[in-house]
Amino acid sequence: MSSYHLDHLQHLETEAIHVMREVAAEFERPALLFSGGKDSICLLRLAEKAFRPSDLPMPLLNVDTGHHFPELNEFRDRRAAELGARLIVRRVEDAVAAGIAIPNPGEVSRNRLQIPTLLSAIEEFRFDACIGGARRDEEKARAKERFFSFRDSFGQWDPKNQRPELWNLFNARVNTGEHMRVFPLSNWTEMDVWEYIRRENLAVPTIYFSHRRSCVRRGGQWLPVTDLLPPKPNEEVRDLVVRVRTIGDIISTGLVVSPANTVDDIIAEIAAARVTERGSRADDKSSEAAMEDRKKQGYF
Amino acid sequence: MPHSTHPIEILRFNTCGSVDDGKSTLIGRLLYDSKSLMEDQIEALERSADITGGGQINLANLTDGLRAEREQGITIDVAYRYFATPRRKFIVADTPGHIQYTRNMVTGASSANLSIVLVDARNGVTEQSRRHTCLAALLGIPHLVIAINKMDLVDWSEERFLEIREEFEGFLPRLDVLRDVKFVPISALNGDNVVDSSSKTPWYQGPTLLGHLETVHIASDWNLTGLRFPVQWVNRPNNPRDSSLHDFRGLSGQLAGGILQRGQKILVLPSGLRSRVKDIWTYDRALAEAFCPQSITVLLEDDLDISRGDMIVGLEHLPGMGSELRARICWMNPRPLQRGKKYFLKHTTQTVQAVVTSLESRLDIRTFDSEAEPPELAMNDIGEIRLRTSKPIIYDGYGTNRLTGAFILIEQGTNMTVGAGMLQAPTEAVRPDYNDFAI
Repeated sequence: MSSYHLDHLQHLETEAIHVMREVAAEFERPALLFSGGKDSICLLRLAEKAFRPSDLPMPLLNVDTGHHFPELNEFRDRRAAELGARLIVRRVEDAVAAGIAIPNPGEVSRNRLQIPTLLSAIEEFRFDACIGGARRDEEKARAKERFFSFRDSFGQWDPKNQRPELWNLFNARVNTGEHMRVFPLSNWTEMDVWEYIRRENLAVPTIYFSHRRSCVRRGGQWLPVTDLLPPKPNEEVRDLVVRVRTIGDIISTGLVVSPANTVDDIIAEIAAARVTERGSRADDKSSEAAMEDRKKQGYF
Repeated sequence: MPHSTHPIEILRFNTCGSVDDGKSTLIGRLLYDSKSLMEDQIEALERSADITGGGQINLANLTDGLRAEREQGITIDVAYRYFATPRRKFIVADTPGHIQYTRNMVTGASSANLSIVLVDARNGVTEQSRRHTCLAALLGIPHLVIAINKMDLVDWSEERFLEIREEFEGFLPRLDVLRDVKFVPISALNGDNVVDSSSKTPWYQGPTLLGHLETVHIASDWNLTGLRFPVQWVNRPNNPRDSSLHDFRGLSGQLAGGILQRGQKILVLPSGLRSRVKDIWTYDRALAEAFCPQSITVLLEDDLDISRGDMIVGLEHLPGMGSELRARICWMNPRPLQRGKKYFLKHTTQTVQAVVTSLESRLDIRTFDSEAEPPELAMNDIGEIRLRTSKPIIYDGYGTNRLTGAFILIEQGTNMTVGAGMLQAPTEAVRPDYNDFAI
């Protein structure tokens, strides 16, 4: 390298690697939250960059809501196997059966039920740190997150009393029963994630690319028709060429009508986009403080 | 277009000012005018405008993300925002103006290339403006912009602009580390001189705020002189399937200063052991050289006993090493700094115990005078202290290197981060030829 200069992706990468290594060095029992989504795909590559040629010094953890896109779970399992990483999956169904997660009458979404499921997995394995792929540009409450985000023994986030975070000196100290959520991608934008996927030539689940799917129009978005989400009698089912921009549960992830077939197409589409990524997530629209409320309880 | 695909730099900046100086409005304006806002964000703004704003869009709602902030109309915690122009990507820390939230301002500003201090043209320089300017100087932020806002409310008066500028220039020389200071007359609410030049300030010849952010020279903001490699994590594969890795013993970390080259002679501190760089390993490929702030894995010629917290340096531009330290500190906790109390001190990749042995002085933010030997340092106080650490640390003066000159203090028991410290330059460098190392 002749000029001592990092471009924006190299800059974000070196920062994220530093954060990951701090986790490996400072915590006894860390885990990496891996869903198979685009952000956690970047996390996995960064973990390889941080720790190779050693094995990843932490298992992968995923909370399966039972409402995942099947393509996502297949990808998750395959990728973990390729890396030789240990994958721990904890299911919302099991947490409900065990009385750990209790659905409200008529509650269909598994979004809220992920919280107790995750916290119970953290307790079960005594994880003291969980690395997640959340980004500050996603949402207003996340914009206030630290890289090292402290959670008390109830798994709660106290946004008004966060630890100051200075330079690249991360305070990783927790007492027994408390834990840390760590977000190496804090400073990444949606565009950075896709540019990194392109630069690193990373595989992503096929549902990010355009495909044909039966959809219904609900709440201003196109939702995929599945056994979990059958069309109502008065709803018209349309056969559309769509893709997902962000992946949530299959019953609440809005599909974007899009011909994007390659990562280049996706980057061009995002560059021209006029709505944010989370604009297609029904779970964030319920109230202006929806994400803040879920995060305080222990959501990722 | 808000995005670009060719290589561009990142500029980190923070905004600070008193309550109601219009920080959040300014960031909202930068996002709005640089077309970085999306339709659903604008829609959400309009929705909340209908409910609380009497129909007028409130750009501050873009950054005030917590419910308490929207209800009280204030910014509680640092909010990070991201936007891009074809020339640069920007990471913005919107830092609060309330006195009690100074710790968040320090959080937002510690790694910034540039600080924007907002001043209400009607009020001129306030205690908060002085505090924020002083903090920006203390934190060694290389570039400062004084944005004189709400110029529309003083009829775009050049006289008023110059008056405020003079007041700043009266005290800036006392903050000797500030090298690059710009003054810009703006109206964040209406957008004048933020992204587009204003027709109302024919007397102002300088760049718009965004124009300055896009062009200010930041390439030399990292220290590339003295090699500093704090060992972060020892990379030693367990039972590798690949037999060539049996002897792999890598030292992983992020360069905190200088340039490291294959074949270079190095010194390990505090042990004083010497070796040579066999290779610079990265996931992508081996490198002939690496520079600050790259994250790398170093292989040495010799199998030395090296662990996290050790520092690899070159044979020239040596750092200081010691356990008796002098530093400036910004205190960030309601429980005052206590002499004689033990804290954890985290510096580069090592955490040691530390005791504050004396409080030398406390800075009076209004006069910039120092009060000698204050009884304590309370929340938001800035002072000079002496410390003793349980183990020697390897360091530079903060003015020389922000990464090896900085530390945080952590309260034992609560684990709160309570102090942000900036070390004074060592009185002498370590002497590698002497066998007087502490361990």
